[in-house]
Amino acid sequence: MQVELFVNGQPRSDDVEPRLLLVHYLREVCGLRAANVGCDTTSCGACTVLLNGTSVKSCTVLTVQANGQQVTTAEGLADDGRLHPVQAAFRQEHGLQCGFCTPGMVMAAVGLLSENPDPTEEEVREGLEGNFCRCTGYHNIVRAVLAAATGTAGTTRTAGTSATAADGERAEVGA
Amino acid sequence: MIPAPFDYVAAQSPAHAVDLLDSLGDDAKLLAGGHSLLPMMKLRLAVPAVLIDIGRLAELTGIRAEDGELVIGAATPHATVATSGLAQADAPLLAHSAGLVGDPQIRHRGTIGGSLAHADPAADLPMALLALGGSVDVLGQAGTRNVAAEDFFTGFFETSLKPGELVTAVRVPRRPGAAWGYQKFVRRANDWAIVGAAAIDGRIALANMGPTPLRARAAEQALADGAGAAEAAELAAEGTEPGEDVHADRGYRRHLARVLTRRALEHRT
Repeated sequence: MQVELFVNGQPRSDDVEPRLLLVHYLREVCGLRAANVGCDTTSCGACTVLLNGTSVKSCTVLTVQANGQQVTTAEGLADDGRLHPVQAAFRQEHGLQCGFCTPGMVMAAVGLLSENPDPTEEEVREGLEGNFCRCTGYHNIVRAVLAAATGTAGTTRTAGTSATAADGERAEVGA
Repeated sequence: MIPAPFDYVAAQSPAHAVDLLDSLGDDAKLLAGGHSLLPMMKLRLAVPAVLIDIGRLAELTGIRAEDGELVIGAATPHATVATSGLAQADAPLLAHSAGLVGDPQIRHRGTIGGSLAHADPAADLPMALLALGGSVDVLGQAGTRNVAAEDFFTGFFETSLKPGELVTAVRVPRRPGAAWGYQKFVRRANDWAIVGAAAIDGRIALANMGPTPLRARAAEQALADGAGAAEAAELAAEGTEPGEDVHADRGYRRHLARVLTRRALEHRT
């Protein structure tokens, strides 16, 4: 079946099987490997992407269900080489350990902050309940989301990084 | 895991979906959010030949007040119900219940009609609909009929939906200001209830205490006869035959039903 999607803002047209899951479409057809297949059972959130701006688990969405819609993956967050504030905050607060859950965590956090731009710590924890970090590194993840919400990500220079953007500005990727 | 091959049709209207169901028969399944159906298809617990997508039909989404009832389109996602000002004001038990389904991503996709038609006895919304005394609008070739919650859930994952019918809307009485309670006992975040209890205006519904959501009628009768919350709640498990699993045996589930009913009657959430 022919589908037309906007993936990270780019229009695409592909012939897909109806059973092709969105996560497999993104990884294998589009070559976007940020969304991971973790549990494959709608539990772990590693495959989280935005569908028309809201977070979804792409292992439980058919590509054909996304026909005509906007899909955003972690690859689509950075703007002209500058990290998205949530990405910058994850880097600053070291919101990852092994990194497998990170793209899904970041996308869930972007979705959460679009619905609730000023969450409490409890709201962040509840808002991320659909994402598992099996390294159990939740404290820094929550800290990163709160930092992104308050616009403090990138205000302090931390060892090994040069994240310097403040309050809405974006840190240079790889700078 | 990848589902077995199937054909996909996007329905153009609820009537079109009914026509497709009628012509395709048992080989076809309706797809809305797909958050119960797709996991079952991955496990080959469901192997439909055709999926009829009703998930983006405008006629099936949205929340409106209609006289004394709140009418929620069947394909309205849980997140929309949970955050709706109308639902929070007029049916706060329903909004609260929708906000406890799964996790945020699941609530963005899963739909109220899909959850009710799936009829998992451990799920939130069937219990909420029963507690509220709500009903569902059902469309088939013969037209629309309205089915009360009591008559809708007929068995373990079974409803009184006939072949070729689809749920178009969910109706609950508007009860702004009515005191209510909602209890869901889980071992993990975003899990199904080991036991659940919801209470409003002397009605009590239980989740996972049998093959369908159940009314705790003995406890309701005690309340009607003037008993207090603690006394009535002692009768919450009367007549129930809950299943046993790794989480809880029958006696423990009955204990939970009594404790959770008391808390629900104390209007705790």
